[in-house]
Amino acid sequence: MLNYIIRRVLYAIPILIGVNLLTFLLFFMVNSPDDIARSQLGAKQISPQQITAWKVKRGYDKPLFYNAETKEEGVLASLTDTLFVKESLALFIFDFGFSDAGRNIATDIKQRMWPSLQIALPSFIIGLTTNISLALLIVLFRGSVLDTTTMIIAVMIMSISGLFYIIAGQVLFSKLWHWFPISGFESGIGGIKFVILPVLIGVFGGIGSGVRWYRSLFLEQINQDYVRTARAKGLTELRVLFGHVLPNGMLPILTGVVVVLPSLFMGSLIMESFFGIPGLGSYTIDAINAQDFSIVKSMVFLGAVLYIIGLLLTDISYTLFDPRVKLS
Amino acid sequence: MKQLLLSLLLLLLANTLSAGVWNSPHNTDQPSENILFTSFSSPVKHLDPVISYNSAEWGIIGQIYEPPLQYNYLKRPYVLEPATLTAMPEVHYLDKNGQTVDVTSKNIAFSEYIFHLRDDIRFQPHPSFVKDTEGRQRYAKLTGDELDDITSLDDFALNDSRLLQANDYIYAIKRMAVRQNHSPILDSMMAYIIGLKDYSKDITNKVKALKKDKKIVDLRSSEISGIKQLDPLTFSIRIKGVYPQFLYWMSMNFFAPIPWEADLFYQQAGLKEKNLTLDSFPVGTGPYYLAENNPNKQMRLVANPNFHTELYPSLSPEEQKASGVPDEMLVDSGKPMPFIKEVIYSLEKESIPLWNKFLQGYYDSSGIASEAFDQTINISTTGAMGLSPEMEKRGITLRSAIVPSIYYMAFNMVDPVVGGYSESNQKLRQAISIAIHYEEYISIFRNDRGIAAQGPIPPGIFGYDDSLAGHNNYVYDSVEGKSERKPIAYAKQLLTEAGYPNGTSSKTGKPLTIHYDATSAGPDQRAQLDWMRKQFKKLGILLVIRNSDYNRFQDKIRNGSTQMFMWGWNADYPDPENFLFLLYGGNAAVDTGGSGINSSNYKNPEFDRLFDQMNTMENSPERLAIIQQMLEIARKDSPWIWGFHPKSLGLYHHWFGNAWPNQMANNTMKYKRIDDKKRRDLQSQWNQPVLLPIIVFFILIIGIIYPLLRAYRKRQAFVIQTQ
Amino acid sequence: MKMSFLWTDMMIWLLVVALIFWARMIMRSPQTRQQWRRIYESPLAMACSLILLTYLSVALLDSIHFRLALPTQADSKQVNYDINMKSPLDLLFAHNIDHSERTYSAPFARNEFVSSIIVNEQGITEKAYLPLKHVATYLGINEGSGLDIFIKSIIAIIMGLMIGLIFVTLHMLWLKRGTQDSFGHYLQTVKQGKTQLPWRWAYATFLFILVMSVWLYYLNLSYHVLGTDKVGGDVLYNTLKSIRTGVLIGVLTTVATLPISIILGISAGYIGGWVDDVIQYIYTTLSSIPSVLLIAASILVVQVTIDNNPQWFETATERSDLRLFFLIIILSITSWTGLCRLLRAETFKLSQVEFVTAARAFGVGKFTILRRHILPNLMHIILISVVLDFSFLVLSEAVLSYVGVGVDPSMHSWGNMINQARLEMAREPMVWWSLLSAFLFMFVLVLAANLFSDRIQVVLDPRNEA
Repeated sequence: MLNYIIRRVLYAIPILIGVNLLTFLLFFMVNSPDDIARSQLGAKQISPQQITAWKVKRGYDKPLFYNAETKEEGVLASLTDTLFVKESLALFIFDFGFSDAGRNIATDIKQRMWPSLQIALPSFIIGLTTNISLALLIVLFRGSVLDTTTMIIAVMIMSISGLFYIIAGQVLFSKLWHWFPISGFESGIGGIKFVILPVLIGVFGGIGSGVRWYRSLFLEQINQDYVRTARAKGLTELRVLFGHVLPNGMLPILTGVVVVLPSLFMGSLIMESFFGIPGLGSYTIDAINAQDFSIVKSMVFLGAVLYIIGLLLTDISYTLFDPRVKLS
Repeated sequence: MKQLLLSLLLLLLANTLSAGVWNSPHNTDQPSENILFTSFSSPVKHLDPVISYNSAEWGIIGQIYEPPLQYNYLKRPYVLEPATLTAMPEVHYLDKNGQTVDVTSKNIAFSEYIFHLRDDIRFQPHPSFVKDTEGRQRYAKLTGDELDDITSLDDFALNDSRLLQANDYIYAIKRMAVRQNHSPILDSMMAYIIGLKDYSKDITNKVKALKKDKKIVDLRSSEISGIKQLDPLTFSIRIKGVYPQFLYWMSMNFFAPIPWEADLFYQQAGLKEKNLTLDSFPVGTGPYYLAENNPNKQMRLVANPNFHTELYPSLSPEEQKASGVPDEMLVDSGKPMPFIKEVIYSLEKESIPLWNKFLQGYYDSSGIASEAFDQTINISTTGAMGLSPEMEKRGITLRSAIVPSIYYMAFNMVDPVVGGYSESNQKLRQAISIAIHYEEYISIFRNDRGIAAQGPIPPGIFGYDDSLAGHNNYVYDSVEGKSERKPIAYAKQLLTEAGYPNGTSSKTGKPLTIHYDATSAGPDQRAQLDWMRKQFKKLGILLVIRNSDYNRFQDKIRNGSTQMFMWGWNADYPDPENFLFLLYGGNAAVDTGGSGINSSNYKNPEFDRLFDQMNTMENSPERLAIIQQMLEIARKDSPWIWGFHPKSLGLYHHWFGNAWPNQMANNTMKYKRIDDKKRRDLQSQWNQPVLLPIIVFFILIIGIIYPLLRAYRKRQAFVIQTQ
Repeated sequence: MKMSFLWTDMMIWLLVVALIFWARMIMRSPQTRQQWRRIYESPLAMACSLILLTYLSVALLDSIHFRLALPTQADSKQVNYDINMKSPLDLLFAHNIDHSERTYSAPFARNEFVSSIIVNEQGITEKAYLPLKHVATYLGINEGSGLDIFIKSIIAIIMGLMIGLIFVTLHMLWLKRGTQDSFGHYLQTVKQGKTQLPWRWAYATFLFILVMSVWLYYLNLSYHVLGTDKVGGDVLYNTLKSIRTGVLIGVLTTVATLPISIILGISAGYIGGWVDDVIQYIYTTLSSIPSVLLIAASILVVQVTIDNNPQWFETATERSDLRLFFLIIILSITSWTGLCRLLRAETFKLSQVEFVTAARAFGVGKFTILRRHILPNLMHIILISVVLDFSFLVLSEAVLSYVGVGVDPSMHSWGNMINQARLEMAREPMVWWSLLSAFLFMFVLVLAANLFSDRIQVVLDPRNEA
């Protein structure tokens, strides 16, 4: 087990290098360091001296991949004394450094992680329980009118763009009925009033696909022999569902769920920007708009790391819950 | 699901009992206090006055720092008055040997300004001022252990303050000279302040070396030759030639005092890592200090306990009449400021939530989003804008002001098609200027909030003339004493004379195609571009729109590869020079490697000559005559389609007092006041939650449960049967 | 007239040709033919595919571009072409393009929605709702428009029914060719739903779509049925133009991912070894980058390239089309990984199955095994993922446009409409018709696709055999 984990972690390194390389290429194809300097200096008139001074200060004066100036010191020096190597190495020890605007990125991420979680975690948990309970309810009435109508409603819910839910939710609940603040955020227990609406919208938007997915999972179980046996023993439908179908369905649910867990940290781009939540999602959007490369690259790196952790967790959860699977 | 709803309802219930309203975006107890709620639209990047240069940032640091001069809050036209000085600075004119000469002398080589500071001004309480028993700065060398416990400035046990001194102002100018600080005005100031250039070169190299060794930079020991401390409360600045606009610069935050203690304190690497820097926690003498800085959520200003006495301005009846100030603005005259205890700026990126929260009473003032215009504004029979009955019922007041800025559409004068100075070139541009119906633009896209520009100088600035004599004869006719846009037929005729009959080149037979460079932003953009295309179509000209991101757009302007584009300019200070220099040949972008501000690359020798002459003059009839001459030249050449001057409308709730739009001043928070009791009452009156939907929802849920239960029983029986 | 060949136009027509070939291939194999028949046995699937076909035809109608010649100057021989490209759809709606209003107006309204400040004859300034310039101009100012709308609706419905019935009759005649049935008897069979495929539902849907379209089109000649937008453009026209964007992004992206994911997925699963390692590395790397960031960065690159090369394009349509083209490519680069992973696993499983190992033992060539045994057994996975991805992509176009990395802002698209509508919803009174139109048209498309994909899953997924 430990061996396996170590191997997976080592395997992650080339992936992360690849991720870094890709971000680098894409970003510097668009923005020359001069552009970054200009947008950061942000004044009406900017002189070339100011730009150079800024680049030197932030280390953007080095070439991207190959430094011809240090040619005498050997090929290795030319390849390592570059922007790419300098910026990537720090990332691997999770030293995100300072943003182009001069703030400490790690401090910002630590601070903005919590608002993201405050929205994402409740949405996730409530969404999961709602979806599972609804799916169970429908499985209970499988084949009936209720089943087909709910399935059609589910498809309808799926077919509406999430943007509509947000716009409609804000207009209805906040503007007309005065139930919740239109947007804003507060941490801790006092912030509940800010969390409810985004969570409700998030849960509702996910019901369609969620219920369909869990329904099909449970239906697969319900046709198994052990369920028939249970029913033959005279158990009520409810007992069959909760005693047999649900526990056996948990495995695929769990393994499907674990992979998204780490990415909850990253927050939701759209939700956060609509509701003015100071989380990592809006951090990323702001960084893209402000062309702050240091933040973009840190967030991409973080996202990749979390994704890899998610994959690893999935594999581990397989072994923990399904005795048939052995990691090798 | 049921439990969830139940707990939700309980929560809402608890919320109701505690606050009365459910939807307050603030902490529940805040609205009952003397706090002003306002917003900022994007994370504030810089609070260090040496680099900060946009209105959002200045809106905050303007309350914290005090440059030597400020604009009078109420008087119009805008006038400067002392802020931390005992009187307006003295000025002496010197010849090249340093001998004092008369103003009218031809031998003036330098002007010298002398600033006398008040002796009762203290800095806000701050840990950097704390001294230990031996008289050294207590927190200047923080150890690792001490740093561990510190996450914000509140974690320092001790605070102290000290008197403001002339050296603090000099220190700020020295900081400006350090290239590594990225001052946006250093290059323009080097052209004026004596010795700044040499000093900057010298100090920049020194700082480079010090930073390399990770040493702390202390600027106290070096001197700028043109700036002198005469005594602890007096300093002088010597500038090149005559430049009366220099005093306007002295009202900007670039010249706010910086205590050396704070500069050294914040240079400690341990604090920088915790985002505690001069750029995020300013140290000033102003009416407020920054208590909380979370650029992603909110900034909190709290009244500075050390603030010196400053009284709300009084006006004589004549001044009041000349400036158009209503009586209610003068109620507080002579009372000590500031009135508001705390100001909370919340991040609001989108205009829609901001507007709705204003209507709900959770923000105290707001602009008017164009979407909400019909709801808000009524037009009286005389054409004046007033509030709609709905808004008036809420007790909202409206104040409007023409902003001293201009949005113009520029031709690139070095472009072979639209540029050039020949008569046919001029006619082409004049024809287009007539065709682009800016009155319609203002009506559609700005709800009539703005006026069509007649030249580069906006209203409220010396040289603007709103009479018929001041209108642009190349675009407007005067008909029965009114200014009227020339007919499109006339534009077509001009176009024919320019060599493009019906928009087709008489030389090549090809249709005239003009490229318009735009930056892609916002959903409203498309509508505007469509409109623009329509305008050119009137002349048979094809407008091709090249959209690009802002960086690329700026690139194009820098190297002069555009044909037409729209841009704007906000006044730095209320002087015509600040607008006319946008057309000065010496500032042409292509000639100055992109750093010049004249982005249309207009270059007319006569215009430039007059500019040089006008530049150093005080406002006088002679200056006015020269400006009028310049305007005539520019209008004939039409390097810009003059576009429009925006009008800003501000809405203020009933409980928000002393709100008088001042487009130049940034430190206006101290004048304002809040009636928090009235605010609380109205908020709860406006925000009673609508409960009916909840009740309906619950009846529905209960209504569903019963049939479900029945269906379940039936199903149970059915399953058992089939088994 | 000069034809213009846009990149996306060529792609979509190429795809149509490919689809026709594929359909012919299906017809040849009795087994798959049987499967498709089963799909269409569901009335819902029948109705949905008709709706999808309608959307596709609108998109195709809007995917032929040409530039009309400008009237030549007397003294020049050279023919110049209009800078604005036209498509057959534009020609159909020429009256809407030429007759644009000034600003917002509600559906069927005759006055502008927002008041303007005008000076009347007495010289008094007032706020007034100006009448629309091009709506029902034949009616008097004070005459109500209700009756006119009613009469026009009746005419439109009758016209629609008549045209529709002609087509339906023709189709029925074609269906019953070769049988001895009388037409009347056959009509009965259809009506009672006794045909093998639910033709009566097909006819009903067809008639409904046709009547709706005729009604919309006919009334839009004299009114703005869905209102006008901020600069007075007809919303119905905008929405119809948006169909092309939505459908193209949905269809072309899914199709563009197919070659990559099929080739890479199968080779990874079948060849294994270092090939598998490399392919796995590529897709893990790609999918570990948050996709919005990847798309945002790539779209910026494209935009910069476009901006730096204005000489590539003669018209603005070409510019925005290239961006759409690259958006499609970028989306397919980010979305092939999911299907690839599925295919790799499935191929791996299949290659261990007995009949494949047996075939290998008999010395059957690798490619023959792939073609005969593996590919056909992957078909259902591919098909299901194609239909599912389609609706997902149509929805994500809106989100991307909101973030600012979608199609060109000057292009008609639902995302741009929704983005604009956010501001309109904040108006008081609300401007709801743009949002509603975008919502309805998008909803119907995605719903039809989702329902259709459901049916495909039910029929093709081997797990549903039981």
